[in-house]
Amino acid sequence: MPTSHEHAIGALAKPVLEVSNLEAAYGRIQVLHGINIKVGEGQLISLVGANGAGKTTLLKAISGLIEVTGGTITLFGDAITTAPPDRRVRAGISLVPEGRQVFAPLSVEDNLRLGAYTRRDNEREIDLERMYELFPILKQRRRLAAGMLSGGQQQMLAIARALMARPKVLLLDEPSMGLAPRLVQEIFEVISNCKSKGIPILLVEQNALAALSIADYAYVLETGKVTVEGTGPELMRDDKVQQAYLGM
Amino acid sequence: MSELLQFVFSGLTTGSIYALSALGFAIIYNASRVINFAQGDFLMLGGMFTVACTQLGVPLYLAIPLGVLATVVAGALLERLAIAPAGNSNVVSLIIITIGASMFIEGVVQILFGKNQHAVPSFSGETAIPVGGAMLLPQSLWVIGVAAVIVVFVGCFFRFTMIGKAMLAMSANREAAQLVGINTRMMLLVSFCMAAFLGATAGIVAAPITMVVYDLGQMLGLKGFVAATLGGMGSGVGAIVGGLLVGLLEAFVAGYVSSAYKDAVPFVLIIIILLVRPGGIFGAKSVDRV
Repeated sequence: MPTSHEHAIGALAKPVLEVSNLEAAYGRIQVLHGINIKVGEGQLISLVGANGAGKTTLLKAISGLIEVTGGTITLFGDAITTAPPDRRVRAGISLVPEGRQVFAPLSVEDNLRLGAYTRRDNEREIDLERMYELFPILKQRRRLAAGMLSGGQQQMLAIARALMARPKVLLLDEPSMGLAPRLVQEIFEVISNCKSKGIPILLVEQNALAALSIADYAYVLETGKVTVEGTGPELMRDDKVQQAYLGM
Repeated sequence: MSELLQFVFSGLTTGSIYALSALGFAIIYNASRVINFAQGDFLMLGGMFTVACTQLGVPLYLAIPLGVLATVVAGALLERLAIAPAGNSNVVSLIIITIGASMFIEGVVQILFGKNQHAVPSFSGETAIPVGGAMLLPQSLWVIGVAAVIVVFVGCFFRFTMIGKAMLAMSANREAAQLVGINTRMMLLVSFCMAAFLGATAGIVAAPITMVVYDLGQMLGLKGFVAATLGGMGSGVGAIVGGLLVGLLEAFVAGYVSSAYKDAVPFVLIIIILLVRPGGIFGAKSVDRV
């Protein structure tokens, strides 16, 4: 939908993160075939698609966990395509990885403090308190090993840990995976909350309905290519999207 | 009774050395899952550099820190020149690189310092102190005391400093560590420097007892490895307990059976551990919930 793209909010917001013609491969198997996506200021961008479409690979490439084989990634106009992951975190990219990936043997509080590892300012303690306000359960369990938390609590911790870096763009990989419906709702509330604070978000979700309904703009990924894009409501009305991802 | 006490003293002394060596293994293992078979050579290098300094006329109290420093530099060079260039090679390749590096280090030392043993004077004399019918060498007190201080220091480092916690985080989940902005390449360098520091210190305080020779590290390294495995690879407490256990067992076997079997102890022990409790005494138990 190239024309609607021009009118979309996507065209108006100043781009924070831009991915152009990105290609990535695992060994000789190419996974991403020239991806183009944009995340603008204050936007929530959703990325939906089936298993194996390359969603996680794309996020890993953006955060530098895997090397790309072609294309560019820019943050505020600066190319970060080949920067090591820690430099990208310093530049403002935080990824909440698939499957939470908390530091299991470390305490909840240490997990949060490590989230602010790249920061040298004096407001880290304030942010820690903010996270405890946002997620009171984490405050209760702050001395507990993170691995002892339930799945939902680990997801909260993983998000809080990413927010401790004060990211300029937040990447979320399947935050609702494996969680009970009530918790899924809670996680989406947290995501909306981050958006309302103005943090640009790139959200990868299999729960397409939830992801599209809160998105400013969304992309559908199929076998490593963007096949459909548009605003959230546009995609929800799209026949193909309805059939393939919304089960209508 | 006094005999037993004598064996305990000697066991705790060698055990402390093994413990520091084992701690070096644990730190590098945690940062990279690599078993650094050049760990023993850090002990030898510490002693050897100290000997070299004293031979040049440097007083012992200056030669010791210089020996430690030079070994730390050697540890950093090992990581930069041998491990880092291997990049994302698998762990087994990296382990083999450390074996090669160990041979290289021993070869160079052999050329520079010869094959003969070098003596380091005891720090505070040779007059043994009688304790409960047994005799305790002042150097033994140095070894045990220095090891104790370093263990406390390392414990505080991991508990209270951000770099220490970052190293633990990296050990727990390398990818997540990268995602919070931990520079994993830098951390690997730090871990090699720390392991070299631990090894050098152990090697230097032990030098008046063991003498220094180019291949000293082979045995000390392997025994440190056994100690680390016995305690549970990657566990700090395990490394210390493992080290002391190996030292004590060796002393008892040497005393009550025959000193000929002393060196067999750790290797029989490692077979038993691997059969009975492959994770070691304090082996990491998974606390993950999914």
